[in-house]
Formats: sequence, C-alpha cells, structure tokens
Amino acid sequence: MIISVASGKGGTGKTLVTTNLAASVGEVELVDCDVEEPNSYLFFPRREEEACTDCEVMIPVIDEGMCKRCGRCSEFCAYNALAVFPQQVLLFKELCHGCGGCGLVCPEGAISEGTRAIGKICRARSGDLRLLWGELSVGEPMATPLIRSVKAEAKGDLVLIDSPPGTACPVIEAIRESDFCLLVTEPTPFGLYDLSIAVQVVRGMEIPCGVVVNRAGVGDRGVYDYCKKEEIPILLEIPMKREIAELYSRGLLFSEAMVEWRDEFVQLLGRIEEAAE
Amino acid sequence: MKQIVVISGKGGTGKTTMAASLAALAHGMAVVADCDVDAPDLHLILKPRVQETFDFLGLQTALIDPDRCTECGECEKACRFDAISDYQVDPASCEGCKVCTIVCPSEAVAMVDRVSGHAYISETRFGPMVHADLFPGEEASGKLVTMVREISARVAEREEKELIIIDGSPGIGCPVIASITGTDIALVMTEPTISGAHDLERILGVARHFGVEAMVTINKYDLNLEVTGKIEGLCRDLGVEIAGKLPFDPGVVEAMISGKTLVEVEGPVGDAIREVWDRIGAKL
Repeated sequence: MIISVASGKGGTGKTLVTTNLAASVGEVELVDCDVEEPNSYLFFPRREEEACTDCEVMIPVIDEGMCKRCGRCSEFCAYNALAVFPQQVLLFKELCHGCGGCGLVCPEGAISEGTRAIGKICRARSGDLRLLWGELSVGEPMATPLIRSVKAEAKGDLVLIDSPPGTACPVIEAIRESDFCLLVTEPTPFGLYDLSIAVQVVRGMEIPCGVVVNRAGVGDRGVYDYCKKEEIPILLEIPMKREIAELYSRGLLFSEAMVEWRDEFVQLLGRIEEAAE
Repeated sequence: MKQIVVISGKGGTGKTTMAASLAALAHGMAVVADCDVDAPDLHLILKPRVQETFDFLGLQTALIDPDRCTECGECEKACRFDAISDYQVDPASCEGCKVCTIVCPSEAVAMVDRVSGHAYISETRFGPMVHADLFPGEEASGKLVTMVREISARVAEREEKELIIIDGSPGIGCPVIASITGTDIALVMTEPTISGAHDLERILGVARHFGVEAMVTINKYDLNLEVTGKIEGLCRDLGVEIAGKLPFDPGVVEAMISGKTLVEVEGPVGDAIREVWDRIGAKL
C-alpha cells in the first residue's frame, strides 16, 4: 500500500505526521519526495548504511563539427533551452526537459545524448525502517525528474510518501499512484483555503483522501465545517501543544517522548486502510 | 524601482503574514505581488477587488486525433514522460515537448494551448495587488510567477510606485527561482527548528547563486533559543544580516482569522515587524 502525505499549505506538519507514523508502525519505507527541502531523515539520527547516488537526466550533446547551424533544434525546443549562434550552439541545461526532440529534428545527426546530475538519491536504514530521500541541487529548477527517480526505488509493502507543499506538478508527481492521500492541515483560514485546492487535486486524480488536523485548538471551525460538507473523514487531530512543537524543533519524534501517541499513529494507519477500501 | 521578495525554504514559516504586514507598512508606496501561485493566501488578508483578469497559457498539450491515429504506438515509444498510453495523452503528464508530433507517421497529433490559470490586477486597502491562481495540478508555475512579476512591473510603472513586495513560495525550485531573480532583497523567513535551519542554509545558497542579497527573519524565535542561536551563528558566518526576530504569539492566528495584518493589531509581533521594515529600508 502506498500512502502519500500532502498539504496545500507548507508547514502544516506533513513531515511531523510522516515521521511519527513511520516510526510508530515500524516496518515501512519512508520516501521523502520534498526534494527541494528534504527533512524527514533528520528525525532519524541513528540511521545506518547511508549511501547516495546521483540522479541524472538526459541532455543533448552537440557535435560542433557536424552542426551546420541550421537552427532547427532551437526552433523545435519548447523550453528555449537551445540557442544557435554562428560560432556555436548554446545549451541552457537547467531549462532542458530531456525530451530528446532536438536530436530527432537535427538533419545532420549532430546531436547525441548525455546525462547530467540534478541532485542526489539517498538511502538509509533506521531499525526496521527504510529511508529514501531525494535532494535537489541548489540552483536546479526541476524537481519532478528527481521525485520520479526516488519513488522508483521504493518497493516495500507499505510505502509512506512525504510530499512537497503546494498543488503544482511536483505534488502531482509525488502522489501519483498512491492508494490513499493523507492531507495535513491546520484549522486556520490559510490552512482551509490551501486544503480546498489540495482536495481538488487528489479528487481529480481519483485518490481517496482523509485529513489530519494539526495544531487543533488554535484558529476557527472552518476546516471542520468544510470536511463535514465535503464528506472527508478527519482521521486524526494533533493538539496545539508547546511540548510537541519543542520536540519537533529539536528534531525529536513526539510519539517516542509521549508514548501514548504511538498507539494513536498505529490506529491512524488502521483508519487509513479502512478509508482506502 | 526596488523589489523585495519574501521567501523561505521551509513552508509555513510566515512568508504571507510578513508580506501582508510589509504591504500595510508600505501603504500606498508599493505594488504587492502574490507569487505563491499554487497556494496563494495573501488575498485572504488583503481582500483584493479584482479590476482586470488575464488568462495564463501554460505548457501546450498534445492531442491525438482518433480518426487519423493508426495505433502504431510510435508516439508512446518516443514520449519520455510516460504521458501516452492506449493512444491517448494524459494531460497531467504531458510536458508539451512536441516529440510525439514529429514521430507520428500519420499527422494525428496536434499541440493545443491550454488555459492553466488566471492572473489578476486588483485594488486593496494598501494599494494595487497582482495575484494569480494556477488551476489545481497544473505545471509551469514558474512561468505564471514570471507573468505576475511582469504585470506587477507594468502596474508599478503606470501608478508610479517605487516598490514591489513579492510573496514567494516555499522550496528552492522553479517558482522560487522565478520569484527571486532580479530582486534587490530576499527576506528569508525561518523558524528555530532543525528543519527550518536545514532549509535556511539551502535557500541562502539559492539567493547567493542568483546574486540576490538576503536578510533573515527568525519567526517564533523563542520556541527554541538554542536553534535560534545556531541560526544566528550561521548567518554571521555567511555575512547575512538578521532583519529581526519575531516572538511566538497566539495573536498571530487571531489576526489572520479577522483578516488583518499584524501591524493593524496591537502586539509584540507587529512591533518586531516594524523593526524589520526599518532595517530593509536602511538596506535599500
């Protein structure tokens, strides 16, 4: 079963929920797809067997000797990644999506393909838990190819995906093929507005969803009224407690320090399995 | 004309709350641009009245004409984005590269424009605002950010405003890069958690990479004084000025619910934001 944890708004507690759920359940693969700012592994300081490899994407390699400067490649490129000058062809590699189109349209056969690294894929173990995360290199704009590569490494029976914030393409890539999407929100107007966009995304992808309300007790009733109206189950409430926030700030799992929460997270998994059917 | 962008690596560190308060302090002087296009919240505080609406054309999408398609499967083989199966294009996966149009032997594939969102010019109680919404799940959020910034620059020129205040998005990827390039100051919001500190280091790297001067504000600094100290040390080492430290205050959520900025209500956070505003002013 693949469970993704998402939220429209950032900072609502996706990583808090994913890490505590993973630690409470035990035998699970935790895949951090928030590759722009991966944090989940920081909560497992005793991780072992850590190893990273480069995540590579395809880019064109131009044989300047064979190139006749006809300009077909730059005309074709939908991403403005190629510019043809009389002396040379310039590739703006960060803009390239690796579609291979320039090679197909080149009449001289002057374009072959190479690769370049846009980030790292990392793996580690912490007890029964397998950790996977991607880390996009600074200055790189495109997260989706890295998210795709990190997800491809997960092959366990139970996979938890920590998704990036927002509702655009990196989120789609992260939650695609999930059996269930857990949406973490906070009971504030910002939390509600962004939750409502996230719900449209998961419904559009036909993924069943449920909500975790974090920092319950602050704010207003908007999120609760919305979930009732839309018939979205609230599967867990985590109260606004300074103790929880402080443990998180120190990089500690609150379900380990406040042991009654371990059961809460195990039960959350049960409720997810029920709701996914 | 000067541009300030409010960003943060980590989400939920108070970008929008800060941007709204800066808009209030800049009263009448600035154009406000909400560039967090896939989770825009600034309108909940600034309550814009829309004056002009623009269609946003995102990436083109391939469309297969079933009458011409001979089901040869060449397009599916050539597509690098797994966007074609059963001779149909999945618009959510299609990145608009057009490769399918050139490998198709029967000219059955065409590229079609799609409206992926809207951009707006609006009026608020603090002056003009430019904002957008990206339809849920659409791509090209960076392109929409660029559109919002171009419209903002036009509005600033037309209405003779000397400042653009940009509310950015979390992360370090394409919408963030599109938000910060060419700005004068990146005000980076962070919080004293190990996640916040980790993400701060990366976003400061992005600002440096694109040659934008950064200033840091630590939100809820009193939640963990030890990590706050570490963040201050990191900023010292990198030569980045701390623009301010905001205390934890439940009044922040109450202000949000009543649709007010923090400088429109009494409280310690509003006072701290006024100091941030003065430091930014000194820097500009």
